[in-house]
Amino acid sequence: MLGGGTIKLDIVINGVGGQGVVLASRIIAQTAMKNGWQVRTSETHGMAQRGGSVTSHVRIGENLFGALIPNGTADILLSFELAETVRGLEKLKAGGKIIASSARVVPVLAAMGKTRYSDQEILQYLKKQPYDLTLVDAHDLALKAGHHKAANMVLLGVLAAQKLPFAGDELLNTALELLPPKLHEVNAKAFYLGKQAGEGYYGNAAATS
Amino acid sequence: MKQLLMGNEAIARGAVEAGIDVATAYPGTPSSEVFTTLVKMAPEYGFYAEYSVNEKAALEVAAGASYAGARSIVTMKQVGLNVAADPLMSLAYIGVKGGLVLVVADDPGPHSSQTEQDTRKFGQFAKLPVFNPATPQEAKDMTLAAFETSEKFGLPVILRPTTRTCHVCQDVELGEVKKSKKAIRFEKDPKWVIMPKLSYIKHKELNIKYLKSAEMFETSPFNESIIRGNKGIITTGVSYNYVMEALEILGENLSVLKIGTYPIPQKMATNFLKQMDTVLVVEEQEPVLEDEVIKLAWKNDLRVDISGKHDSNVPREGELDTDRVIAIIRKFLGLSEETVSPVSPPELPVRPPTLCAGCPHRASFYVFKKATGKKNAIFTGDIGCYTLGNAPPLEALDTCLCMGAGVTQAQGLKRAEPQKKLVAFIGDSTFFHSGITGLVNAVYNQTDITVVILDNRTTAMTGFQPHPGLPQTAMGNIENPIDIEALVKACGVKNVYKADPYNLEQAQKIASKALEDSGPSVVIMERECVHLVRPSTRYEVEMDKCSNCGVCYKTFGCPALFIEDDRVKIADDCNGCSVCSQICPSGAIKPVQRP
Repeated sequence: MLGGGTIKLDIVINGVGGQGVVLASRIIAQTAMKNGWQVRTSETHGMAQRGGSVTSHVRIGENLFGALIPNGTADILLSFELAETVRGLEKLKAGGKIIASSARVVPVLAAMGKTRYSDQEILQYLKKQPYDLTLVDAHDLALKAGHHKAANMVLLGVLAAQKLPFAGDELLNTALELLPPKLHEVNAKAFYLGKQAGEGYYGNAAATS
Repeated sequence: MKQLLMGNEAIARGAVEAGIDVATAYPGTPSSEVFTTLVKMAPEYGFYAEYSVNEKAALEVAAGASYAGARSIVTMKQVGLNVAADPLMSLAYIGVKGGLVLVVADDPGPHSSQTEQDTRKFGQFAKLPVFNPATPQEAKDMTLAAFETSEKFGLPVILRPTTRTCHVCQDVELGEVKKSKKAIRFEKDPKWVIMPKLSYIKHKELNIKYLKSAEMFETSPFNESIIRGNKGIITTGVSYNYVMEALEILGENLSVLKIGTYPIPQKMATNFLKQMDTVLVVEEQEPVLEDEVIKLAWKNDLRVDISGKHDSNVPREGELDTDRVIAIIRKFLGLSEETVSPVSPPELPVRPPTLCAGCPHRASFYVFKKATGKKNAIFTGDIGCYTLGNAPPLEALDTCLCMGAGVTQAQGLKRAEPQKKLVAFIGDSTFFHSGITGLVNAVYNQTDITVVILDNRTTAMTGFQPHPGLPQTAMGNIENPIDIEALVKACGVKNVYKADPYNLEQAQKIASKALEDSGPSVVIMERECVHLVRPSTRYEVEMDKCSNCGVCYKTFGCPALFIEDDRVKIADDCNGCSVCSQICPSGAIKPVQRP
């Protein structure tokens, strides 16, 4: 992670179009920038935003070049959806941190039997991998906070419990600057529920499902 | 001061810093946010902005303003330049007075496009300077330089970002906003009227200007040569980032020539080549830079080995990234290939993009599938969210070529197979962009097709921009938007209908009637995009009534319907369109009020 010669923190955010992946990457980048870091994000816009797999890359550090994170080098994988977590693994470095929601978004094709979605297989696979896994049901916690769309704030809350190049709670401050006032209460609540989950599960590969 | 800006926002900021007077656009991924940002800035900085009806109109409006001396910017995606090609080619000859910059965003991959065409090639074809940014910061700086270059040579200039500049955010250093003080006035002069004799003279001038711009770029800050030994890499745009990071990862110190402007600075490139034994050219899309390098080596009789796309080291399709560039450099240097240990992840669900929960287009496709029985019908389409109608279970779109093509291709198919029913689907914004011409063609030639205008009151796919059928422009509200129904009737269509796709029974009756009409018929399916309305209800499956027949998800396929423990359920993202409840044979789907 941070330290050594070149300072750099690379975060991959995976999810499904419409889950708020772009907003989450902007919140992280904006917070890092306020703390004097160089930043790059790479986002998915256009057709894939209509329910397809989406990825954002966030790079924080000094002397940055491109926005795309090379394979096997990301420090953190933040995943908004169970199966999308596995799709993001090739980006993660050995021993890297995974923060993932155990909630599923089942594609139409799976309902029709044209593709398989086996959450148990995916869960077992994830737990066996040599990564530091924190799994939370972000959907459930978002509902507790007041709205299912606040799941991205839950996951930012979990991220805030990690060692970052800025104080974790600053992520919430940035989010509240970007969000309209009427959404502040739900999002703040979601953030802190996530943060509690992150602190509770930190260092464990414990899972909810 | 630094600000976190997306590449497209940085370009908009650059245009404002350059003191633009007029901005025009037709949206298209990955270019769209340049203009949505400009629209937000227009009131504060006092310039005119318009969503033009298509890219040709957008370029012509910008060119008109520029004839009078105004600084103008026009933004589009790469295939949009095909639509604007006619004015562009002649405008290169005629030239401009006020700076005119075309932002044309390329989409290697492609992520959201029909082609991977390379706008640098278009620049060469039109003989116009092209700036190729690597980062949002450079995109902003190049926007300013492009205006200077445009006015210096009296030529339109192209700024060509790619997806990984457009949709990348960076901490961007802002500059000062210049207030324009120039006198704006159109001077009447025969030089604005292109005639064959004038064309010849102007063509000669254009050829000279093109060479002169290459000379000027010798000192451009966007071109940079780093000499570190006699093996080098020549690169451009976002590929430069991948090359620099790859060299860092590999621990290799090769020479690097970064090119940001076209035509390329010949002396600088020749000097670089003279110091090299072997060079690798790393670029996405076409071997534009590589071909220039080969020409220079040949012309200057340089014995340098050149690797790139012509020896199949660099792929010609798709986009590059650091991993791909590492593999390319390894091969170039004769290093052993990196072995990747195989992993065996569990099977993952495929997740293609899909029409949103409650999307009115889904209901429209469903209605026409029912009305035609599908057997003897061909459904043509084109570009927009509704292209996603081709996915299962609807499978309701048989063709997609380019903007507006569905309406005209249906006519060709009808002539080839007269016994078939031809239904052309087109979105409201696309209809204004390039559907009207096709409709007039059908009326004139009396071709028996049914055109379905999917009027969801927005340009949805690119981010909900307005269009001529709505009471908004980029500058504010207007009183008399164009009425699609009146327009269609004015085109001479006799059989014109309107239906609400959320009312299946009524819509299906209308669809059946339109299909039986002889001569072209038009059905306007009117219902707002789900992103524009806040649903007050959602739907739930009453488990005791549900027979688990699967008709809802097997034939309708709304993503809010999902299976849990072998039973159909409706997810939180239900938008309350009610169509699944109309389809359910058991009457098991019921509305519930949202809290």
